[in-house]
Amino acid sequence: MASVTFHDVEKAFGTVKAVDGVNFTITEGEFVCLLGPSGCGKTTTLRLIAGLEKATGGNIQIGDLDVTHLAAKDRDIGMVFQDYALYPHMTIGENIGYPLKVRNVPTDARATRIGEVAKNLQIDKLLERRPGEISGGQQQRTSVARAVVHEPQVFLFDEPLSNLDAKLRLEARSFLKHLQREVGVTAVYVTHDQAEAMALADRIAVMNEGRIVQMAPPLEVYHRPGTTFVANFLGSPPMNLLPGKVALDGEPRFVGEAFTIPMQSHVETAVRQHLSDGAQVTVGIRPEHLDLSQDPVSGGFQGPLYALETLGPESLVTLKVGDELLTVRIFSDDAPQLADTVHAAFDPEKLHVFRENGERIPVE
Amino acid sequence: MQRRPILSLPTGALFMLPAGIFIVAFILLPFFWIAAVSFTNRTLTGRTAVNPEFVGLDNYLRLFDASRFLNSGEFGASLLITGQFVFFSAIIGQAFLGLALAWFFFNRKGWIQNTVTTIAIIAWIMPDVVVAFAWFAFLNGDGGTLNQILGFFGLPTPDWLLDLPLVSVIIFNIWRGTAFSMLLFSSALGAIPPSYLETANVVGASTWQRLRDIILPMIRSHIVTALILITLWTFNTFTPFLLTGGGPSYQTEVVSIYTYRTAFQFFRFGSGAAVGMVMMIINLGFALVYLSLLRTQRRSA
Amino acid sequence: MTRATRTPPSQAQRAARFVLGRITFYVGSSLFAAFFVLPLLWLTVAPFSTLANLDLRLPDPWSLQNFERVFENGFAIRALVQNSMIQGFGAMLLVTLTATLAAYALSRANIPGTTAITYGLVLFSSVVTGTAAMVPIFLMIVQLGLIDTHLGVILVFTGGLLPAAVFIMRDFVDSIPRSYEESAMVAGASSWRVFRDIALPIVRPGMMVVGVWAFVQVWGGFLIPFILLRDADKMPASVAIYSFYTEAGTPLITLTAAYSLLYTLPVLLLYLFVNWRYGFRFFGGIKS
Repeated sequence: MASVTFHDVEKAFGTVKAVDGVNFTITEGEFVCLLGPSGCGKTTTLRLIAGLEKATGGNIQIGDLDVTHLAAKDRDIGMVFQDYALYPHMTIGENIGYPLKVRNVPTDARATRIGEVAKNLQIDKLLERRPGEISGGQQQRTSVARAVVHEPQVFLFDEPLSNLDAKLRLEARSFLKHLQREVGVTAVYVTHDQAEAMALADRIAVMNEGRIVQMAPPLEVYHRPGTTFVANFLGSPPMNLLPGKVALDGEPRFVGEAFTIPMQSHVETAVRQHLSDGAQVTVGIRPEHLDLSQDPVSGGFQGPLYALETLGPESLVTLKVGDELLTVRIFSDDAPQLADTVHAAFDPEKLHVFRENGERIPVE
Repeated sequence: MQRRPILSLPTGALFMLPAGIFIVAFILLPFFWIAAVSFTNRTLTGRTAVNPEFVGLDNYLRLFDASRFLNSGEFGASLLITGQFVFFSAIIGQAFLGLALAWFFFNRKGWIQNTVTTIAIIAWIMPDVVVAFAWFAFLNGDGGTLNQILGFFGLPTPDWLLDLPLVSVIIFNIWRGTAFSMLLFSSALGAIPPSYLETANVVGASTWQRLRDIILPMIRSHIVTALILITLWTFNTFTPFLLTGGGPSYQTEVVSIYTYRTAFQFFRFGSGAAVGMVMMIINLGFALVYLSLLRTQRRSA
Repeated sequence: MTRATRTPPSQAQRAARFVLGRITFYVGSSLFAAFFVLPLLWLTVAPFSTLANLDLRLPDPWSLQNFERVFENGFAIRALVQNSMIQGFGAMLLVTLTATLAAYALSRANIPGTTAITYGLVLFSSVVTGTAAMVPIFLMIVQLGLIDTHLGVILVFTGGLLPAAVFIMRDFVDSIPRSYEESAMVAGASSWRVFRDIALPIVRPGMMVVGVWAFVQVWGGFLIPFILLRDADKMPASVAIYSFYTEAGTPLITLTAAYSLLYTLPVLLLYLFVNWRYGFRFFGGIKS
């Protein structure tokens, strides 16, 4: 088990910087998810840790060892690939044992260890089969087994659940969480699925355009998104973001094209500290923090109904506020007979405020 | 995305070395060697075998000697024969028949399609000398299978290899090579997303409209590839030699046979090399046309 | 804009169209099949006939006498089971091994301009063909002292077949996810072990296909051994078949037919094997 540290790490492919000055420390035993849209550099970051890419700048440490220039084979890493990369010409047992074989572990010791790991992952009945003869979920477990068999320093996952169907994915997710608790090894996990990141991570690193935008525990990322990008990326559906202006003359409030939101006193304090009158801002409010109302609410939103989507126990109501869309999440049982004009109220404590450049104003 | 290579550059170079040596020795070197030999009067035996003399453009001038260029058995006549041979057997025959077969059996998988495809492939992979022998028997003037059938229907039964040698060789080559374009076009048709054709069906396009508006445009690059490859192969094939030896009286002497006759029947390597050189220049022309077609296609894609 | 109206076909019309379609299909299939089968029919029965006839008729009686006489021709049999085999397997091994190494490097090392190299090679090899380059190839083999040797024939075939073999092989290697090798690297394997333990076994189907293809090419090749070999003891079957021809150049029909069948058999078996094992088809990359 070891920590992983990045110092100003850069990776350029030609003129494109896939990873652009990344710094972080992942402590021993921590489970970190790299989360972001495709092309954000999360997979490249993972491959830099693995040694499958060579950094073009900065340095990388695993434990106390500087591994920046070390080949993949010398880094003592276990990695689960998106397509599992199970060798088709080897049995499941041989696949799992391959890292031990290249370490010249004697056959008996190897067999014992393979048996142990396979039992733990509940694939011990499959050791004689070939990868093509087992299910997707079993293949995924095999690749996890192969990654843990030699008790590596760091455990890397490259979207390991993305090839599973929805039901299996949830099962495998719980299993991975369980496994990580049990083994307690340092893990870095790449995903574009925010639910996966939320469920698994001790800390989430949200990446965009080769940089880490925010790195914090899941609830922190959810409740205090550092930027509009993070706010928009996490949550399902994502946070409603509406452009507006700060108005400090008279009653302090945010004024948008089709709404006016009075500021709570703590919000006003924060705004006065960071912004001046008339500054452009983005206000954010999560769909789950909005509620429908029969009558107009002061400081709330109103607009024509745009869409009503029933998702089972919950429903999404979208209304048009000026040119923007505002989504409200409600319990389906509470779904009212909707009129042409919908009113929505929100909990003012849950309001998020971002500068024009997207940075969060700490309003708590 | 450009990735860290799995092989380092020196290891990669080492891996390429053996193939590289072969390719340099047997493809690049002959190309320059042939150019050099074509300016000499090199022969197999005698004084000029050891010390060939530089004769400048003599070999080429003799090839293109206008006074007899088109005479039977001369280079020009051979080029004309080759032109007809390539045009009818490769472009019209193989490409068209291959496309027809692929289209005919498209979405009609079953034992019939399987059988016809298999026979066509067998015709394609059998050894040259065997198919030549089979066709020698098939086309035989009295008693060959073809004339047996024609006679049964009361049709004329010519002695094919003597009366219609070029036609015979052309049909032979179509038969021999159609499997390639059929396979190529089949895989191209198979790669068209079924939804494209279903969409066309839904809007009510006729079979012909589907072929013209959807299928042909989508397999255009395959058509170009097939045309150029079979043209090159047909232009360079030596197999007609096994059926007719170039005769009777030079009527089927395509340039590959002409090269052989010049170089190895009389062992005039200088002249043979000059013919080979002209063949290569023509090959190069085909190859360049192909490249430029591919490039314009890629740009428009 | 006017709208074309279309009356939906009645049931009878649809039935008629269906029947017509089936008839067209069967007639068309039969014509295609006939075109490809007829020229070969005679060759499948003639070897079993005692009569030197060119017309198509069932042998009466069926006899293996022709094969017996073919087996008495030591020269032709040696050509088939020894010389053709040596040359075919020799070139097959050389082509497959060198093409696999080169294709692997082209696919997995960052060699600049690999695509241009591959396409350039294939194009160049179709420019410098065996027929066009027969003179320099002959002279070169004379110079190397390899005239009239198996090795000379093998080397020339290898050189000629390599570019296409590299092309096919590269397509194959490219289609294999890099994650196989990467996972082995992460597992701690050295470059050589990655190649030996992982890459080589995974590309084996591609090697099989290329190997079979190369063997069939050499097995059927006529011109190269024809100009490079003089000694009757080294002739492959493609040339030795002419030992069943008279001085005047006409074949002894019965024996040539029997020998042709024997000579074709390995190619047919290989084709059936490849077709059964891997499916006879083109790899994706040939299209552009």
